[in-house]
Amino acid sequence: MKSFGRNRVLDGVDIDCATSESLVIIGGSGTGKSVLVKCILGLLQPEAGSIRIDGVETAGLGRAARERLMQKFGMLFQASALFDSLRVWENVAFGLIQGRGMERKAAKETALAKLAAVGLATEVGELRPAELSGGMQKRVALARAIAADPEIIFFDEPTTGLDPIMGDVINDLIVKCVREAGTTAVSITHDMVSARKIADRIAMLHGGRIIWNGSATEIDCSRNPYVDQFINGRAEGPIQMKIRAS
Amino acid sequence: MLTFLAPIGAVFLGFLAATGRLVVFAGLTLVTAFTPPIYPRVILREMVNIGYFSLPVVGLTAIFTGMVLALQSYTGFSRFAAEGAVATVVVLSVTRELGPVITGLMVAGRVGAAMAAEIGTMRVTDQIDALATLSTDPLRYLVLPRLFAGLITLPMLVLVADIIGVFGGYLVGVYKLGFNPEAYLNRTQQYLETSDVVSGLVKAAVFGFIVALMGCYHGYYSRGGAQGVGQATTYAVVSASVLILIFNYVITAAFFGR
Repeated sequence: MKSFGRNRVLDGVDIDCATSESLVIIGGSGTGKSVLVKCILGLLQPEAGSIRIDGVETAGLGRAARERLMQKFGMLFQASALFDSLRVWENVAFGLIQGRGMERKAAKETALAKLAAVGLATEVGELRPAELSGGMQKRVALARAIAADPEIIFFDEPTTGLDPIMGDVINDLIVKCVREAGTTAVSITHDMVSARKIADRIAMLHGGRIIWNGSATEIDCSRNPYVDQFINGRAEGPIQMKIRAS
Repeated sequence: MLTFLAPIGAVFLGFLAATGRLVVFAGLTLVTAFTPPIYPRVILREMVNIGYFSLPVVGLTAIFTGMVLALQSYTGFSRFAAEGAVATVVVLSVTRELGPVITGLMVAGRVGAAMAAEIGTMRVTDQIDALATLSTDPLRYLVLPRLFAGLITLPMLVLVADIIGVFGGYLVGVYKLGFNPEAYLNRTQQYLETSDVVSGLVKAAVFGFIVALMGCYHGYYSRGGAQGVGQATTYAVVSASVLILIFNYVITAAFFGR
């Protein structure tokens, strides 16, 4: 469970994800998808509940243990969250150098290889994030997320803000990176095109709970009115979006 | 009566809570200094940012401070025929007080604001969360190097400010007020003691720590996008400036109090 003041954002979320599975969590804006991922990563502390990774309880871990646990994870942030003061290759290699103590030269070689894996040329490595387009920044962020070959990768709205073609490029890269490496992936998105492409399983978060959970192929015949309204993008239905008048 | 007292109580409790948060923040950061890794590249980069790039503004401030001090001292002391004390007053005032305090305030405005803006922007763009996901403690990587850099660099800046400030007083004393250069220099060093310079450098180290701490603290906890970052820079400068003045008194009392 997780609240912000009187606003109970997560109210009994119960979900699991198998090894090497690609789970996509969908839901409307403000339903707590990012909060859920941040709780799993330990960036936010839930008030109650259990978060288990590989059978080990992680809620309430100390700082040193949390840092060690983070080595299993990679994260692609919605706005990329690249470090402005570092060059692209230094961004990609950051976790290798600072997090794992790798030599800069070896880390640079790995970083350039990961940039190539996401379709970016070596020269891009010497640029700064501000010099890149949104799509290139997203690819750099993906390269950073996979640089250390993590066991579990989190994708926070991976296609938001991208044009449809670049969005599909990112979807393809996610599928390639995840399936080739056998990585477990947890994605949050409200882009149904992306969800259908990258998911093995889809779960919908609404009202602080998981209201539907099934395989990606089953979502169109879920018989859940909330899911149905969401995936078809209808304003009318049981989901009432709150509109605040100024 | 309660309606009148409640807001006062709320402000006081808010002040205590903020002080507690600040102490916890500083404590958690300093604890990371006792275990690896340390980031020497980041420390060096911050030392250059704080020290080297602050030299022009500190130098300008110091020279005009020394010049004004000499002029004002002469104007005041000439009322009771004590013009000869100008050189002594300038060197003691600059080394004990004006050098560290004015340097601290200038660096608070320049560096403290920049730290708050940089770290605040990192906060609102998820870069601090990204550090955590890359197995890097944000306090160890972002804050501790800046605290070290402030602690080490400000005494060096103040030493430079002391020299330039005393030189400014010399320029006015010799070329405007007509003092004999050799006599002025003799009077400058005649009453100067080690404790005068050391007290200024101790103040500088404390002020450097304060500037870095307040810049990092307000940036780290900024919220609410661009407006929040803007507020954080303002709070960083104001809080650092106030703390510099408070600790200036405390350290002066410790060195020279009876």
